[in-house]
Amino acid sequence: MFEGFDAVVLARIQFAFTMSFHIVFPAFSIGLASYLAVLEGLWLWTGREVFINLFNYWLKIFAIAFGMGVVSGIVMSYQFGTNWAAFSDKTGPVLGPLMAYEVLTAFFLEAGFLGVMLFGLKRVGPKLHFLATMMVATGTLISAFWILSANSWMQTPAGYAMNAAGQFIAADWFKLIFNPSFPYRLVHMVLAAYLTTAFVVGAVGAWHLLSDNAREGSRVMFSMAMWMAALVAPIQIFAGDQHGLNTLEHQPAKVMAMEGHFKSHPNGAPLILFGFPSMKDAEVKYSIEIPKASSLILKHDLNAPLAGLDTVPRENWPPVPIVFWSFRIMVGIGFAMLGLGALSLLMRWRGKLYDSTLLHRLAVMMGPAGFVAVLAGWITTETGRQPFTVYGLMRTAESASPLAAPAVATSLIAFIIVYFIVFTAGVIYMLRLMAEPPHQGEEGPRGDEPSRAAGMGMAMATDAGKG
Amino acid sequence: MNIVIDLPTIFAFIIAFAVFVYIVMDGFDLGLGMLFPFFPEKKDRDVIMNTVAPVWDGNETWLVLGGGALYAAFPLAYAILMPAIYTPIIAMLIGLVFRGIAFEFRWRSTRERNQWDVSFAAGSLIAALAQGIALGAILQGVTVTGRTYGGGWWDWLTPFSILTGLSVVAGYMLLGATWLIMKTEGDLRERAYMLAWPLLVATLGAILAVSLATPFLDAEYARRWFAWPNIILTAPVPIAVAGVTFLLLRSIAKRQDYYPFPLTLVLFATSFGGLGVSIFPYVVPRSVTIWDAASPHDSLLFMIVGVAILVPIILAYTAWNYWVFRGKVNADSGYH
Ligand code: HDD
Ligand code: HEM
Ligand code: HEM
Repeated sequence: MFEGFDAVVLARIQFAFTMSFHIVFPAFSIGLASYLAVLEGLWLWTGREVFINLFNYWLKIFAIAFGMGVVSGIVMSYQFGTNWAAFSDKTGPVLGPLMAYEVLTAFFLEAGFLGVMLFGLKRVGPKLHFLATMMVATGTLISAFWILSANSWMQTPAGYAMNAAGQFIAADWFKLIFNPSFPYRLVHMVLAAYLTTAFVVGAVGAWHLLSDNAREGSRVMFSMAMWMAALVAPIQIFAGDQHGLNTLEHQPAKVMAMEGHFKSHPNGAPLILFGFPSMKDAEVKYSIEIPKASSLILKHDLNAPLAGLDTVPRENWPPVPIVFWSFRIMVGIGFAMLGLGALSLLMRWRGKLYDSTLLHRLAVMMGPAGFVAVLAGWITTETGRQPFTVYGLMRTAESASPLAAPAVATSLIAFIIVYFIVFTAGVIYMLRLMAEPPHQGEEGPRGDEPSRAAGMGMAMATDAGKG
Repeated sequence: MNIVIDLPTIFAFIIAFAVFVYIVMDGFDLGLGMLFPFFPEKKDRDVIMNTVAPVWDGNETWLVLGGGALYAAFPLAYAILMPAIYTPIIAMLIGLVFRGIAFEFRWRSTRERNQWDVSFAAGSLIAALAQGIALGAILQGVTVTGRTYGGGWWDWLTPFSILTGLSVVAGYMLLGATWLIMKTEGDLRERAYMLAWPLLVATLGAILAVSLATPFLDAEYARRWFAWPNIILTAPVPIAVAGVTFLLLRSIAKRQDYYPFPLTLVLFATSFGGLGVSIFPYVVPRSVTIWDAASPHDSLLFMIVGVAILVPIILAYTAWNYWVFRGKVNADSGYH
């Protein structure tokens, strides 16, 4: 299947493939963990049964998504060494500690409380159980913190020095962790996870409203999701804009690729809406442009000069068409989300939130939008960083392991086959659970009842009292 | 052998600790997977799954810590070893995918014969075998040129690495069987007792075979074990193994449910200590020492703070998690 590719290209395809599969699940489970914490909190606070029903309903789906996130994540953590050995040798002293902290502060926390969250309600009682849910939700956010710090450092390296062996070493940990693009990336990614989840929850609610709009569970989840969409989508667009300004400062070539600016524009650059970028001819073919609008967005001045890729040596160009298109997909989805959020506000104001078939149909259609936007965003970010792994300092070609192409081709094919079997099944199982509306007395994973233990009479008696 | 207490040494022990905790915790999980073929009935398999469902993710996280800490503390070793054992590592990861998803998927399958039970058993076997092979491949030494791995992508495959692979399979199955003895009752426990016998024999045979083969890999290994004065330190290892074996056999014969598992852990600890004697202070045996590979002092210092504070906390809530789900698990436990 992959004859004629060199080992580095194969390793890149493998990394992109496994990472893209991985990120889909964290994007969902970060959002869902927080949503579950909110649902359980509301249940404890108001005592309304609908919240615990929704909690148990989404908990089952969460269990599957989380499991897939974990197994695909373990693959990621070992791939640094297997496929990017030179990168690992050079960056270990700076990125390794960040990953180690991720394991110590986030992964253990999630894993340590996951069992209680999934199976322990009757065993520990509602208060401790709520604590466990909070711990898992916090863990997912801490995990995002560290891994995005590591990724951002690769985009905008700071706080480092070099040693005699050619390794990056830390000069200032604070600067290294809070490197220039990190705050923007963290905010943008966490909001992306929340939006992704909100659109899935909204789609499921809408789907069940379409067949019966009297069910309380469907109404509550749909309403909650639409509040999220209406509130968070505009914030996300603002955050994305700020992120772009930051990128313009630190990775100008990436923004040039996103905008399709091959040539410099000394007095006002146009905003290219669509077109077909050609690296060979260094121009965007058949482009539809708004004059001077790009300078307005990026510099807040119609006539501000903007440099183009002609100021960057050709061997440092990222693959323009990929970056150009993935960026447009993300931004397009961002505005579509904004539109749906606005429509939901209108319907809510008119008192038709649970009756508008149009709104419900659109919400169902937009269910997977968040995943597409997340992938498009990451492809923009990562491909736009090319041809470097550590921006401006270490090239992708110098980062790879000394592996023979057949070795990587074999593992790549194995991953493709295995991931398609396993993750297709997982998605089907999740969809099957979502196809059922939440019921009264909804059961948690495996019937809600933790394994009953023999020979622990006292503990059981007290548990039963709590349950 | 004079051990200098400095940060690289401390981190070598931290990583060894993480790997050991991983081996014993995920070892019994993987062992249970490999024992699945011996328990064909759905009701037994449900019970077996339920004994680990609440804890498996935490168990596996020690593997992430082992790998992550190696990357952070000894990046050069991580960069040399991972390509050297590329195939077993990829196989292990794929095995772990198959067994990890089974925990959730098998409850969602509507088929009569559950395909995820096969995925659980096969994934566990692949992962265990690959871990053992990786261990053997590292012990026998890898080709290093400059700061990179210099060998081919099949170098790991030797009779010795196959032997270590099979040994780990046997050992994990023994851990799984003794775990079941502790966590289940009735007929299921009785069958676990029946399996524990042959598995103990197989594990001891494996320990013996690996111990005999190791000195032949390299004269240095032999010198470490048999030369004066080291022999004072190494002689007790086989004696300890013999003692633990005796206690194990007795507890199995007397049906003392809560003894075989901890005793098996002691057996593992002893063998693991033996491995340490052979390897230390190398991370890439015979070519790169922990001091060659260590991250700069500053990176290690930054991490040791976190390790010192967080590992005790992690151990505490992990223990709490096991405590919440303590006791025997039985069939009519409300699961479907
Ligand atoms: C801490 C490190 C890190 C993190 C958090 C990510 N990546 Fe990455 N990514 C890399 C470290 C990296 C890398 C090791 O540096 C690669 C391998 C080859 C390369 O050029 O960079 C890379 C390449 C790479 C490529 C291939 C780009 C190309 O070759 O043109 C894609 C599509 C992604 N990644 C996607 C992602 C996604 C979807 C992520 C979302 C979570 C992500 N990456 C997070
Ligand atoms: C190359 C980059 C990455 C690596 C090496 C990596 C590694 C891992 C590993 C090893 C796990 C499993 C942990 C466990 O055993 O519980 C995991 C899960 C997870 N990862 Fe990643 N990850 C990467 C990128 C990301 C990014 C960018 C995010 C978020 C923004 C993220 C968020 C999470 C979360 C929240 C989990 C918990 C499991 C889940 O929610 O499904 N990861 N990751
Ligand atoms: C119109 C709105 C949006 C704008 C202007 C915008 C802007 C950006 C920019 C400039 C980047 C690249 C940053 C860099 O690498 O330097 C980016 C990345 C990204 N975007 Fe967006 N974005 C928008 C909407 C969205 C939406 C709706 C989602 C998901 C629901 C999303 C998810 C992501 C992700 C996951 C990344 C990669 C991580 C990162 O670098 O932050 N974006 N976005």
